[in-house]
Amino acid sequence: MSLADSLAVLAYLVAAVLFILSLRGLSSQETARRGNVYGIIGMAIAIVATLSIKGPDPSAWLIASIGIGAAIGGVMAARVGMTQMPELVALLHSFVGMAAVLVGYSIQLAAAKHAGLAEAASGANLPLKMLIEVYIDVVIGAITLTGSVLAFLKLRGSVSGRPTLLPARHWLNLGMLTAIIVFAVLYARGGQTWALAGGTAVACVLGVHLVAAIGGADMPVVVSMLNSYSGWTASAAGFMLGNDLLIITGALVGSSGAILSYIMCRAMNRSIWNVIFGGFGAEAPKGAPGAQPAGEVADIDHATLAGKLIEAKQVVIVPGYGMAVARAQHAVRELTELLRARGVNVRFAIHPVAGRLPGHMNVLLAEASVPYDIVLEMDEINADLPATDAVIVIGANDIVNPGAEDDPGSPIYGMPVLQVWKSKLVVVNKRSRAAGYAGVDNPLFYKPVTRMLFGDAKDAVEKVVAALRAA
Amino acid sequence: MKLGIVKETRPDERRVAASPTTVARWIKAGWEVVVERSAGDGASYPDQAYADAGASLAATAAEVWRDADVLLKVRPPTLDEAALARAGQTVVSFLFPAQHPELVEALRDRGATVLAMDCIPRISRAQKVDALSSMANISGYRAVVEAANRFGSFFTGQMTAAGKVAPARVLIIGAGVAGLAAIGAAKGLGAIVRAFDVRPSVADQIRSLGAEFLTVEIEESGEGQGGYAKEMSKEFIDAEMALFRAQAKEVNIVITTALIPGKPAPKLWLADMVAAMKPGSVVIDLAAEQGGNCELTQPGQEIVSPGGVTVVGYTDFPSRMANVSSELYGTNLWHLLDEMGGAAGFKVDQGNDIVRGALVAHGGEKTWPPPPPRVEPRPAAPAPAPRVEPKPAHEPAVVKGRGHGHGAPPAPPSKTAAMVMSLVGIVAALAWMGLRFGQADATVGADTAALLQHLTVFVLAVFVGWQVVWNVTPALHTPLMSVTNAISGIIVVGGILGARQADLDASVVVAVAATLFATINIAGGFLVTRRMLAMFRK
Repeated sequence: MSLADSLAVLAYLVAAVLFILSLRGLSSQETARRGNVYGIIGMAIAIVATLSIKGPDPSAWLIASIGIGAAIGGVMAARVGMTQMPELVALLHSFVGMAAVLVGYSIQLAAAKHAGLAEAASGANLPLKMLIEVYIDVVIGAITLTGSVLAFLKLRGSVSGRPTLLPARHWLNLGMLTAIIVFAVLYARGGQTWALAGGTAVACVLGVHLVAAIGGADMPVVVSMLNSYSGWTASAAGFMLGNDLLIITGALVGSSGAILSYIMCRAMNRSIWNVIFGGFGAEAPKGAPGAQPAGEVADIDHATLAGKLIEAKQVVIVPGYGMAVARAQHAVRELTELLRARGVNVRFAIHPVAGRLPGHMNVLLAEASVPYDIVLEMDEINADLPATDAVIVIGANDIVNPGAEDDPGSPIYGMPVLQVWKSKLVVVNKRSRAAGYAGVDNPLFYKPVTRMLFGDAKDAVEKVVAALRAA
Repeated sequence: MKLGIVKETRPDERRVAASPTTVARWIKAGWEVVVERSAGDGASYPDQAYADAGASLAATAAEVWRDADVLLKVRPPTLDEAALARAGQTVVSFLFPAQHPELVEALRDRGATVLAMDCIPRISRAQKVDALSSMANISGYRAVVEAANRFGSFFTGQMTAAGKVAPARVLIIGAGVAGLAAIGAAKGLGAIVRAFDVRPSVADQIRSLGAEFLTVEIEESGEGQGGYAKEMSKEFIDAEMALFRAQAKEVNIVITTALIPGKPAPKLWLADMVAAMKPGSVVIDLAAEQGGNCELTQPGQEIVSPGGVTVVGYTDFPSRMANVSSELYGTNLWHLLDEMGGAAGFKVDQGNDIVRGALVAHGGEKTWPPPPPRVEPRPAAPAPAPRVEPKPAHEPAVVKGRGHGHGAPPAPPSKTAAMVMSLVGIVAALAWMGLRFGQADATVGADTAALLQHLTVFVLAVFVGWQVVWNVTPALHTPLMSVTNAISGIIVVGGILGARQADLDASVVVAVAATLFATINIAGGFLVTRRMLAMFRK
């Protein structure tokens, strides 16, 4: 090992430690920014170290691609609106998958060329272990790639968010898995490029199919699962290249995504397998026939609501995806400030799966400069809800559905929910009278304490703010 | 089912296990209640009030012990009282089983079911049953009242025609429930209030009550590291003592509330600090029962130091406000009995965390200490007054609870064990595969060694990730995801390595493309994270 290479290994070690510190830094708001900086420094060290390893000089093309990539990424990140965050994260996952696939092919093509055979039909002259590692890297990368692209399209609304359930989908998955193994065996025997390509194609289809079957309220789990996949992909690439930094970093990211998925699933009181293979959401409307709530839905107008809020002492706001879609967070912050100025204790109740990403609501409220110490989690606030004078539910549905507690026929039965119906007044803002994202009708709307405020979230909240100013 | 309430036998104990209001609630819920005559006298609840609430009155304690299915008390029973317990009877009171092993044995031998109110687990759901918190709240308030009573001046500063009076300066050490209640009360009287705690996270709670947060300029959190209970570093304690010495010259009133569970109270306010205080100053030591935070404290007594500083070491602050403390204690008991099924479904359900935590003896068996709770609220809150850690509250009267959920939701132990086992299994399987390949193909021998080495690194990294990520606060899950996403762009290393070939061929082109995609990801991920984090503010 040359001196430069030894230095590179040491630099990798430093980078790995910085990545760990980076994740550690994110454990609290105070240290999070520092954590991000650690990550950036670690990445810079890793890239410079790799560029300085002994070997042919980096080509202008390579340097240019790094520069261009950084520029594209920077522009994307600077332009994205906070409400489009979920899409961007999903799209970025797909890039990791793409890069992994390309790295695998690069090794394959280089090896095939060195074997000195005609390229198209050649077998790569790689040891068996290497062949297996390349194959695993490419397959996981391909699943991540197409899965993330579909998740991106679903989140963006270009493709219906509803789960697409093909008949015999479990058999299809099994069949594709078998096909991947068959191509693996073929590839392991001769190292031919076509076998690798076959495996890649099947993996691409599998990625689409896996994500297509999940939808509705489970999207946060999908995103964090893809996050985990992108980590495992990097780890597989590390095995392929014999590079410990890739292995470590990939494993960090992989376990992080896995933990997030687990936390999400636990918040919904469901097992991860149920989420991945359950196709939850499409079957929901077919729940027990007795589950349809009965009764009248009562409306409330903006001025009346403003009056109620002024009289209240304790107000809790429950935001959901509807607030994100309508970009109502700034209006909500204004409402909060007005009420707090009048001495009303306003707090936010965040359900663990509110929104389309873990922690989605926190990010939006932070963007609107809502102080984070009045933003509470479900467990912290549920006990206080009975003493609350008014709860405003903005664009949330399933996470405040009493059916989850008292209706065994409900598809979300058993999921912990915010018990808003225990408060003295619940005002639900909703665009229309349709069912929520999970397709479940909500008995909350029929409770005697509930009043509906129909209309776009931003518009509705702004009208309430105007009424408050006038009062 | 019959509840029995006896008069407390300990001298000077004025509290009673329930007020007439609580008794009326029980009777409405279907319980029968028998109260010993004059049980509520100390707390200003006359017998007639209990009778009006629907309770029957018994002339002697023995009668109550004989008739009651569930016997309710405040202080631990004496051994004489314990002898009155019988099999099948449930006894609920403060017990401190660690300090009273002989009492636990006596009750167990009588076959009684015993629940200790001081052993209620510190989980969110149990807040309504948490008598230690409700009593600490009262102690904190009372400490200020006692201090005001002995202090020779106003709390509020005043400009009068007869001259200017400076406001009192109050220092509160330890911002647990009692400390926060004391801050609220002292602030309410108009004093300048400062509070010290080793946990930086309580700073907001202290400030929310209008007090100034004092801290030591050393980067050492009492949190996360296991904290004060284990010992802060020497430098930290030195700095803390220096801070206290400086404060001693300024403050008029010191209220100390620092407790470490199961250990003597730490000595924080030393003799020289008392000597440095102005004559007429007051020290109220709420930790007196555990030996006191002040070196001069005489538990149960009030002394005056040679320098004219009054040091109060009473151990019965809640009892000095027996009326309200009986009311709150009774409400805690009401919730406990409700948790156990109420009058209709009363049973000892060991599957219930709250009941199991408090259960000291049952069916002739000693059941204390309980197994560790299934879900820890968070890594034990360390520090002075570490027992409880209230959320920010706007009024001391509603101070309750412990900040639950801001910290990590730690992995349930069983899940972690399963995780370990499955990982070990995966490693073993992969290692076996590696060895198999080694035999199948002679050229792979060295590769096998490398593979095993990489596997080691991989598994260790998974563990590190596992440990680190559980600590991430839920509010930061989105930034976490985007930062890990940026970091997974490390695959750029693979692209660069592949692209560094002497001649430009297909493999290099592909590798350059990989580099491009990976860098988009890196730059996008880090920048988005930065944007998001910049938005979080208090």
